[in-house]
Amino acid sequence: MAEMVAKGETPDILFWVGCAGSFDERAQRITRDICKILVHVGIKYAILGTEESCTGDPAKRGGNEFLFQMQAMMNIQVLDGYEIKKIVTACPHCFNTIKNEYPALGGHYEVIHHTQLIQQLIDEGKLKAKGGESFKGRRITYHDPCYLGRGNGVFEAPRQTLESLDAQLTEMKRCRSNGLCCGAGGAQMFKEPENGKKDIHVERIEEAMATKPEIIAAGCPFCMTMLRDGVKAKEKEQEVQVLDIAEITARANGLF
Amino acid sequence: MVSQLIFAIILAFAIGLFSLNVRKIIRNIRLGRAVDRSDRPVERWKKMVMVAFGQQKMFKRPFPALLHLLVYLGFVIINIEMLEIIIDGLFGSHRVLAILGGFYNLLLAAFEWLALGVLVGCLVFLIRRNIGRLKRFSGKEMTFWPKTDANLILITEILLMAAFLIMNATDHKLQLSGMSHYITAGSFPVSSWLMPLLPEASGRLMWIERSAWWFHIVGVLTFLNYLPYSKHLHIILVFPNTYFSKLTPKGQFTNMDSVTNEVKAMLDPSFAPPSADGLPARFGAKDIPDLTWKNLMEAYTCTECGRCTSVCPANITGKLLSPRKIMMDTRDRMEEIGKNIDQNGEFKDDGKFLLDSYISREEIWACTTCNACVEACPVNIDPLNIILELRRYAVMEESQAPASINAMFGNIENNGAPWKYAQSDRDNWKNS
Ligand code: SF4
Ligand code: SF4
Repeated sequence: MAEMVAKGETPDILFWVGCAGSFDERAQRITRDICKILVHVGIKYAILGTEESCTGDPAKRGGNEFLFQMQAMMNIQVLDGYEIKKIVTACPHCFNTIKNEYPALGGHYEVIHHTQLIQQLIDEGKLKAKGGESFKGRRITYHDPCYLGRGNGVFEAPRQTLESLDAQLTEMKRCRSNGLCCGAGGAQMFKEPENGKKDIHVERIEEAMATKPEIIAAGCPFCMTMLRDGVKAKEKEQEVQVLDIAEITARANGLF
Repeated sequence: MVSQLIFAIILAFAIGLFSLNVRKIIRNIRLGRAVDRSDRPVERWKKMVMVAFGQQKMFKRPFPALLHLLVYLGFVIINIEMLEIIIDGLFGSHRVLAILGGFYNLLLAAFEWLALGVLVGCLVFLIRRNIGRLKRFSGKEMTFWPKTDANLILITEILLMAAFLIMNATDHKLQLSGMSHYITAGSFPVSSWLMPLLPEASGRLMWIERSAWWFHIVGVLTFLNYLPYSKHLHIILVFPNTYFSKLTPKGQFTNMDSVTNEVKAMLDPSFAPPSADGLPARFGAKDIPDLTWKNLMEAYTCTECGRCTSVCPANITGKLLSPRKIMMDTRDRMEEIGKNIDQNGEFKDDGKFLLDSYISREEIWACTTCNACVEACPVNIDPLNIILELRRYAVMEESQAPASINAMFGNIENNGAPWKYAQSDRDNWKNS
């Protein structure tokens, strides 16, 4: 972002990468694919780079409102400093926090999740799913991230992107507003689970496996980690891939 | 005359006792903190009509939803009959609404069919609950009393409906025999099936008719006074509770204005926070008065149906957390505080708190904040909000979070990310 400002340019959209997208090796690949899509359709985007900081989502859900608001206010200062109006996020948690919880602290932006952006680009005819891997007829099941689906009512955009690939979309028993959590939310990602019979991600993966998918599609870096752990726990890495909607889109468009 | 007097006394006593209990409930709800839910009235009315009257959220599970709708409609509509019973009871008249003529016959016929519906519905519910082994009707919090409560309600409704039908059947037979007091009125499509079972002697018929009449009205008044002690209170509270629903997206958590002031003051020393009057005494919730009145109203509205718990990822995978228990604990503790106030004139410290004495740390930290419980609740209860407030107390007042959560907080504070990575490496992903 700082470089763009130095050159006197303004971006069409700010890409909020998020902590997982910045540091987690698996999520970094999703980040790069989102960038490839943005470049491919000619959207002028910027990132905050080292000026980006945690939105404060895990702090807030962990009960630390002080830390959350400190993070939020610092981020709002940076965003307002660059006069950012529109933001795309790679993570439903960042999406929810900036969209819903920053306004009370003075941060007002138009925020969309990357699956919504991809859906819009397909609708506008800018993304055609040509020149890459074919997903026609392949069995894909989509896992709703809590903070995208139930939390904000975004159920259709990710599904439509998959349908536009002519993939065979199969639904798990608990889907859409009844979707089962992957087990990572509410700061669970950062701690060991309490005593119980089972891990939540295993419960979820068993349900996903029941649809006999080739691909489990995700839209959240935390779900990605959990679902992959589940697939590993079931020793199904050879048969089933866990891919983000952005990765599937990039592959379908031959963006390498 | 004597019976009119007895009736008047019973009625006055029942209504008096009920209003006393209602006042206690309102007082207990008012123990909570303020929260403004007066915005967007049109949307709120709509929510109430859809969720409370229309039982929209019940229909996620069609079978119990249909049965419940049957029982609900029957019970509400048959209560119109109460109007007649009260007038008759007070003035010694008999079937006073018969002046409505043909419409009265129609009404009575409808009541009878509905009564049959309620009867069958409640029977199926009883069987489901006690023989069906539905998982959501068991669980740690479903101890002796909650289970008994549910069965008592169902049995009472069955008895009331049976009394209603028996009353009609005997009345009908007396009408046919030409007893002068029993004017010819009403139509009895269902209760006439019972007629062959009835005795012929008019004296015994009158005795049965009167007994059924008294049983019905005294039963209904008893039921009314049982509500405040029961999960059945939801038949009243569902209306305000859905009206005051949270309308913001489920993912959006409340902003703590008290914290905003402190954070602003920290970032900008010249910032003068508004006066501290009226600000809550503590961050988050440790006990009932730290929750909002809406949380407390929800605790009273909970039907203990367990839909929340049956979809909770933590509970499904065997963790201690059960969102239904969160609501039941909140109600129990609130009533305990209410009794304490009744006995002592004001609240006297009893060494107990909602957190720890009722809800354990293990429960609150098992929540993934996934909102499945909120989505599932047929009466728009938000157990997650209570869990969050308890966490806020544990973290901000006591610094008592699990060690790994504290480590995560530390990382955010120092590195701007929940993991231990250097801020300067944030855009390294570009280079690989
Ligand atoms: S929000 Fe928490 S309590 Fe509610 S269903 Fe999810 S994990 Fe369970
Ligand atoms: S909170 Fe709602 S879903 Fe849960 S038991 Fe109570 S009424 Fe049922």
